[in-house]
Amino acid sequence: MIRILTHLGFFCVALQSVATGAPTNPAPELLAIEQERVGVIAKASAATVAIFESSGQGGGSGVLISPDGFALTNFHVVAPCGAAMKCGLNDGQLYDAVVVGVDPVGDVALIQLLGREDFPVAELGDSDQVKVGDWAFTAGNPFLLADKFHPSISWGMISGVHRYQYPAGTLLEYADCLQTDAAINPGNSGGALFDAEGRLIGINGRGSFEKRGRVNVGVGYAISINQIKRFVTHLKSGRIVDHASLGFTVSTEELGRVVVDDILEDCDAYRRGLRYNDQIVRFAGREIRTANALKTALGTYPRDWIVPLVFRRDGKTYSVQLRLPGLHDPAQLVDLIQQQAEQPSEPPEGKPPKPDENEDESPLPNIRDLMPDKPDLPLAVQSRYEEVRGYANYWYNQQRQKQLWESYLGKNALEKMGTNWQLAGALPDDDRFEIRLTGTQGEMRMPTGKTGALFTGGFDSQLSPPGSGGLLLAVHLWQRMIDKGLQQFGEVYYLGQLPSGPEGELLDCLVGIHGGVEIRFMFLPDDGDLVGLELIPADDSDPCEIRFADFSEFSGRRLPARWQVKYGDKIFAELSVDSWQTDGDHPLQEGGTN
Amino acid sequence: MILPKKLTTLLATLVVMSVVDMFSCAAETPLSDVIRSAQTKVVKIFGAGGLKQLEAYQTGILISPSGHVLTARSYVLDTDDLAIVLDDGRSFKPEYLGSDPIRELALLKLPIEDESFPHFDLQNQATAQVGDRVLALSNLYGIATGDEPVSVLQGAITAIAPLDARRGAFATVYRDNVYVVDAYANNPGAAGGALVDWQGRLLGLLGKEVKSRVTGTWLNYALPTASFSSSVNELLAGHDTTWEPPSQLPEQSLTTERLGMRLVPDVLPITPPYLDAVRTGSPAEKAGLRADDLIVFVGGRQIASCRALLEELTYHDEREEIEVSLLRDGELVVVTLQAEGEHAEE
Repeated sequence: MIRILTHLGFFCVALQSVATGAPTNPAPELLAIEQERVGVIAKASAATVAIFESSGQGGGSGVLISPDGFALTNFHVVAPCGAAMKCGLNDGQLYDAVVVGVDPVGDVALIQLLGREDFPVAELGDSDQVKVGDWAFTAGNPFLLADKFHPSISWGMISGVHRYQYPAGTLLEYADCLQTDAAINPGNSGGALFDAEGRLIGINGRGSFEKRGRVNVGVGYAISINQIKRFVTHLKSGRIVDHASLGFTVSTEELGRVVVDDILEDCDAYRRGLRYNDQIVRFAGREIRTANALKTALGTYPRDWIVPLVFRRDGKTYSVQLRLPGLHDPAQLVDLIQQQAEQPSEPPEGKPPKPDENEDESPLPNIRDLMPDKPDLPLAVQSRYEEVRGYANYWYNQQRQKQLWESYLGKNALEKMGTNWQLAGALPDDDRFEIRLTGTQGEMRMPTGKTGALFTGGFDSQLSPPGSGGLLLAVHLWQRMIDKGLQQFGEVYYLGQLPSGPEGELLDCLVGIHGGVEIRFMFLPDDGDLVGLELIPADDSDPCEIRFADFSEFSGRRLPARWQVKYGDKIFAELSVDSWQTDGDHPLQEGGTN
Repeated sequence: MILPKKLTTLLATLVVMSVVDMFSCAAETPLSDVIRSAQTKVVKIFGAGGLKQLEAYQTGILISPSGHVLTARSYVLDTDDLAIVLDDGRSFKPEYLGSDPIRELALLKLPIEDESFPHFDLQNQATAQVGDRVLALSNLYGIATGDEPVSVLQGAITAIAPLDARRGAFATVYRDNVYVVDAYANNPGAAGGALVDWQGRLLGLLGKEVKSRVTGTWLNYALPTASFSSSVNELLAGHDTTWEPPSQLPEQSLTTERLGMRLVPDVLPITPPYLDAVRTGSPAEKAGLRADDLIVFVGGRQIASCRALLEELTYHDEREEIEVSLLRDGELVVVTLQAEGEHAEE
């Protein structure tokens, strides 16, 4: 507050001095405050990126968020650029940059500037703390003015928070965005909205104009940085990431009462007990009083995220954890963004040239031959780009897969574990259990009896033991990944970080798909420990979730001794493993088959 | 040279005082709290429109604890299905009390009696000077939905000058001073919003979207509170709820036909009572009425619509002399009409 005051005070002094022509003799503390603001803007400017399409046809703005060159911008800025772009910083240098990941629905893209490990970066703020009336400023490249890459700065006020802007076209949706009267013009797209202390609170990307043309009229929108924080690891995966949906729809029945007016029976919300006509009370920690508020909150989450939901029925309140399904079918998403990428972000003036239909007879050369080709990818970009359908840049995904998996294998000495595993241990009441696996089948003995699963045919009917959701199959697929590796397992990709457990701890998620089922390997981001497995046999069923703890040594390998197996809302078993034998430690033993 | 020196000292003292002043007053109320409080006095209005470039929404301000809402008189209000949404998200269908055709204002009333609403006090007027910092609160672009607070833009007063503006090809009626601001205050849907100072006091009402007649650019301005407060008070008084129609109507009432004037077709719930035509030789013509005149008052009572005019005439005997106030080219003209007409005069 003091800062706003002092800004105001300074303003008044300046104003009155100018108005009267009297000599300026401002108080030292006012000069200090001015100097502070100059410093804030200088720091913010250093992290601001002027983005240009490689052929110089278009561009926008961006902001650096890590010293190794990762920068945020808008999807609609990078879409026309393809894989590579040129990025200028206010040191006057032009850097090559490569697209990393895109979020077409949220209009966010992550790029990496290449050539330095010490890029200046913006400090990330907390956009949920931003209030109406807070001061903010934009830094960017409006009208592509930044010939020398010095950003334009515009100061203004936060006009609204938690705003929702309806989808433009087919994809784009700004949920929970910040509204500001700091100038956001064409070319500011992808640039930063900073708070008065120079912390990054949003990425500018849209404005309201209507009959007022295409220049700022005091109403710009920035994607909140808290939304982007959830997406950053997903964007670093090199994927085309999707937003979340609910599997049910709501309507505002009366003020403050939002009820479910339709629900799919195969969605997670239904399995967690939500029904038609239930009242939605809280979603992801936010009170829900209007249908719009739910839409606003939902739009900031990536597909697969897990959020707490509180709902009410007949006076009773229920709290559940909800797994959010995707908004789009993955193939549909890829097609939609390809359509969008073919359109330039700022259409060139005049009519687009049309190819001559009778080109054989025409004395004129084919117009397409006269158009400049997209330049070849710069060398620095070539080594960091791999085109694979469904990915913005598969190279980054592959890097993350390798980092996670190789570190996991190496750290825990898991090579050569083979496909014959025999595990034994105790249940909480000191009863014994035993798990035996071969490459083709598995079985589990419990006091309640013996159950088995075959791994040779369709997996979806082999989800034993009953009530576990597929414990044996999950262990089989884990074993398969260790045995065959990333290359031969089947389809493998790094997804990003997802919340897990009651505290919503963020874990790195590696996904493997084999035999029509999906297995997720969940790693601790800090030390790379594999702390969980999730087997998802189908979209419409609950996963088998295994949480690992108490890593111990079994025959020279570091493996989890405590397993908690959960299926749906129920704990299936708590296992304490005390014996773990594999092919690797008994070379000649064929054991495991009965 | 002595005088300027003294002046400088005086100014310096003033500057220090103003800085101290700013510190002290804002220390009492942080700007975000001022804004939040002002937002609760601004309402969103949803009504007619929705076609291209005709937004079906605008803004209004609460001006009494009993729920009187002041807004811009516009096509948005031309519907039976008008809704006022308060800051807390509650939606009400208001009563239309009347309008000020010169300033293009309308007065609405929430259908609630037993509640005290936060409101701007028109009696306790604040004014501003060029250079003062201001906030514009409005439902511009209809951004705020449901219980979302209205948008806030900031800027300074850049001029206090007569409004010289047009809407489409037509010059606007109001020609007096307005606050011109450098915030983009008058975007679509902003009309009827509040211009307040940094203490949250009402300085003016955001006007409708108009362009400068000189430059053709969109203007950002507000009508100063002083320019409309007495008119609004008259509207409030004119809607004295103690007024009741006479229990007995005259046997032969006045009609537009008897007066020799025809109103525009009554196509809207609140069609403004414009004259479509005046019959040659009629009392209306003799009194100087013309086509396109807008009738504002009849016999001292405000007339908001064609319907209200026809109803008002039924209270008057055909031989009665009535005073009619009308709006023509931005000027208020008062005439006396008598159906038998020999002595009609301007």
